Amino acid sequence: MSKQRTLHFKIYRYDPDKDAAPYMQDISLELDGTERKLLDALTKLKAKDDSVSYRRSCREGVCGSDAMNINGKNGLACLTDLDALGDTVTLRPLPGLPVIRDLIVDMTQFFKQYHSIKPYVVNNTPAPERERLQSPEDREELNGLYECILCACCSTSCPSFWWNPDKFVGPAGLLAAYRFIADTRDETTNDRLDNLEDPYRLFRCHTIMNCVDVCPKSLNPTKAIGKIKEMMLARSV
Amino acid sequence: MVRRTTVGAHYGFRDWLAQRVTAIVMALYTVLLAICLICLPDYSLDSWRALFSGGLMKFVTFLFFLALFYHAWVGIRDIWMDYVKPTSIRLALHCVTIFVLLGYAGWAAQILWRL
Repeated sequence: MSKQRTLHFKIYRYDPDKDAAPYMQDISLELDGTERKLLDALTKLKAKDDSVSYRRSCREGVCGSDAMNINGKNGLACLTDLDALGDTVTLRPLPGLPVIRDLIVDMTQFFKQYHSIKPYVVNNTPAPERERLQSPEDREELNGLYECILCACCSTSCPSFWWNPDKFVGPAGLLAAYRFIADTRDETTNDRLDNLEDPYRLFRCHTIMNCVDVCPKSLNPTKAIGKIKEMMLARSV
Repeated sequence: MVRRTTVGAHYGFRDWLAQRVTAIVMALYTVLLAICLICLPDYSLDSWRALFSGGLMKFVTFLFFLALFYHAWVGIRDIWMDYVKPTSIRLALHCVTIFVLLGYAGWAAQILWRL
């Protein structure tokens, strides 16, 4: 268990109703040693100064709402160990998305890209009496893809997404795209590949792997993107 | 002015593949050139000219330059696509890049075949 200590926050603050421009605020917080994750400290900070704004919900790395930039690296506050952070913690909103207030960003563009890849199985064959079956091997292919919680840590750490958020699908969207391309129950594989066959939507990825580095669920969007490219290659030669 | 964002130009995969293929061509040529240089009898202008006097060497060297220019075209176009948003300026930059690279290709041919 952690011991008692003082944590120094440097927090990005911006309230468009009051502030002319964003600024960094220094706030110190006494920890009594019972806090384990960064979110615990933020909850305590919120009790001290309720104007500090951030999103949170499940507090166990499932909902993905408390994604933020922690000491320069995107991550989930609820999964970040306080002990690993040191005595000064710099918190900023996820980079590249418009800030609504403090650490809360507008994720409209992120979800627009996610929806653009049709994140659902398309199958026009009449449904069987019980369910569409898959072999264990086919199901295995979806592991490492379906677990994405759409926290946007990966897409907002990707420079290609910063420059072209309206055109580049981003790592989260592409991971989801491959999840449905790889699904044997889906009948629109060719349409899905056509949808990404463009210099922007898929090919803005230059494999710098920031997405893999920050994913709080340890997923690998770069590998999924590579597999999409492999499938495009296989169908064109 | 068109306000809607449009995507779907179907050359993403082709150029991605071309960039990889040209990279392999350049890597192979680099190895070949290194071997040829190591095998040179001496490091004089005459042996350098002799190395490039063969038709095959001229051909593979020109192939290297073509691969280099196509590779550079895809890479530089990527930079324009990332940072230059107005369509007219980007088109102008694309054209300048193409003409410069074509000029370089012609220049490379001229240098190689006058040796």
